[in-house]
Amino acid sequence: MSILLSEVTKVYQLGGERVNALAGINLSISPGEFTAIMGPSGSGKSTLMNILGCLDRPTAGSYMLDGEEVATLNDDQLAITRNKKIGFVFQSFNLLPRMTTLQNVALPMVYAGVDKRERLARAEQVLGMVGLESRMNHQPNELSGGQRQRVAIARALVNDPTIIMADEPTGNLDTKSGDEVMNIFSELNSQGRTIILVTHEPDIAEYAGRVVYVRDGLIERDEWKVR
Amino acid sequence: MFSESISIALAGLKANKLRAMLTMLGIIIGVGAVIAMVSIGMGVKDKVATSIAGLGSNLLVVTPGASNAGGSRQAAGSSITLNEKDAIAISQEVAGINLVAPAVTRSYQVVFGNQNWTTSIQGTTPDIQGIRNYNIEEGSFFTNQDLETRARVAVLGKTVAENLFNGGTPIGQTIRINNAPFRVVGVLEAKGESAGGNQDDTVIIPLKTAQERLMGITYIQNINVQATGTDVIYQVQDDITTLLRARHKLPTTTPDDFTVRNMVAIMAAADETTSMITSLLAVVAGLSLLVGGIGIMNIMLVSVTERTREIGIRKALGARYQNILLQFLIEAIVISVTGGVLGIALGIGASYGISSVAGWNTVISSLAIVAAFAFSVFIGLFFGIYPARKAALLDPIEALRYE
Repeated sequence: MSILLSEVTKVYQLGGERVNALAGINLSISPGEFTAIMGPSGSGKSTLMNILGCLDRPTAGSYMLDGEEVATLNDDQLAITRNKKIGFVFQSFNLLPRMTTLQNVALPMVYAGVDKRERLARAEQVLGMVGLESRMNHQPNELSGGQRQRVAIARALVNDPTIIMADEPTGNLDTKSGDEVMNIFSELNSQGRTIILVTHEPDIAEYAGRVVYVRDGLIERDEWKVR
Repeated sequence: MFSESISIALAGLKANKLRAMLTMLGIIIGVGAVIAMVSIGMGVKDKVATSIAGLGSNLLVVTPGASNAGGSRQAAGSSITLNEKDAIAISQEVAGINLVAPAVTRSYQVVFGNQNWTTSIQGTTPDIQGIRNYNIEEGSFFTNQDLETRARVAVLGKTVAENLFNGGTPIGQTIRINNAPFRVVGVLEAKGESAGGNQDDTVIIPLKTAQERLMGITYIQNINVQATGTDVIYQVQDDITTLLRARHKLPTTTPDDFTVRNMVAIMAAADETTSMITSLLAVVAGLSLLVGGIGIMNIMLVSVTERTREIGIRKALGARYQNILLQFLIEAIVISVTGGVLGIALGIGASYGISSVAGWNTVISSLAIVAAFAFSVFIGLFFGIYPARKAALLDPIEALRYE
């Protein structure tokens, strides 16, 4: 079991008011699954995504990631966990401007303490996997949206994480680039990687083998597709 | 990890070159000002010290007290209580003394040919040479023989020689002091300005000649005493006081009818004053360095706010607290250290500029350089730590959401 959430709750204090963003989530995701998380805004899917991505800690409950309890880790331990086990792909790409594609892809390895030569070699190799080795000395603003998202995927893959977390990865892309990006995710999944996709577009969720619907901080439905 | 932080920080600075340069300018000016101001202060101190030392080393000067004419007290030194026997007694009875030279001084007009010049005529003994560090440029000093025979011979200061002879040779010529003829036997080397005015504007003649043939007096106006060293000078001062009180038969309740001035004490006082001037200049310049530091803090805070999203991305990718802290702290330190190095160059340049343009004496102090540089590094750290901590403590979720 690569992910196991039990009775996870998240409570925010918002101007004196208590908001139950997550009201008790139980979810298990096995290695190699392609899961989409869907839900209307305010459903708690972003909070769930933040907790799954180790950007945030649950108020209560347990989160076992790769057999390790991460719900009680401190900030630095969470940062190390994100660095080693999770690759992020964001809607707005979140590449660093003024850095080349290659440097962007190599960035997670800086924080993993990999030496420079090895870093750049590995980054170049991963850029090759998303078909962008010819663009490695370009800056992000010289690339199209689809290319930028592929760079972001390469960056997510570079530390060989357990899970790829994608938050609306096609939200800023046209249909064609969106399809290209989703095909990369499908291919990564077929190579055995666990992918968690947060989206509100049913078409995009179609790529996933499993769709988890979230509403009012609870899992409403959990559908498996038979392929 | 550390070298990574440095290269990340340098890349961050390169992205905003003008801003980094302007911030650096604050530190450059601050460090430069500290070094330039301290070098001016040290220059003044140095100059005062040399000019006091020019009067003679380990020098004590005994002068008579104020005379009392019918209840009206005259200026100090006007009394006639000192005589040559006092000087002889000092040289014979007080331990720790090298040389003693009694002297009289008065202003007279000196004439040679159609030139005239009014200057101070000193009557004294050949020992004055050793006490005041007089060196002979031409000719020779008068001798003890000249002293005993009341010879009409004179040694000219450089200023007097130049004004009377206009570049001609004074040796062997006869000048008239207050209409009495004197043969010039020597010219002194130039000594320059000192605490007592132009030391070269003087004519030195034998003491007894001055007393009996020029001024018509039997008393003396001061006794120059050279002690054997700085360590004994205060003891010598006390001993002279005790001896003169005994010789003048002063009851214990009567104040001294003479004054013993200790040049070492005067030098110490002057040194204290000039040190204070130096510190004052350094403090004022240090304030500008502090202002430069505030500039760093200001710009780093702006930078952290601007780069909130970048910080969020870095954190999402696994940057820890110390990674972000180091990144911003090193940026601040790079600004302050680079500024410090350039400031040292500016300060040294300014010191040379000031001494060549304004003609002031400047002394570049390596201590000031080291201190200003260390202070600039400290300022980078001190004013960099708050913005860096602020960046490192950002919540990654909030930071990623920041537009």
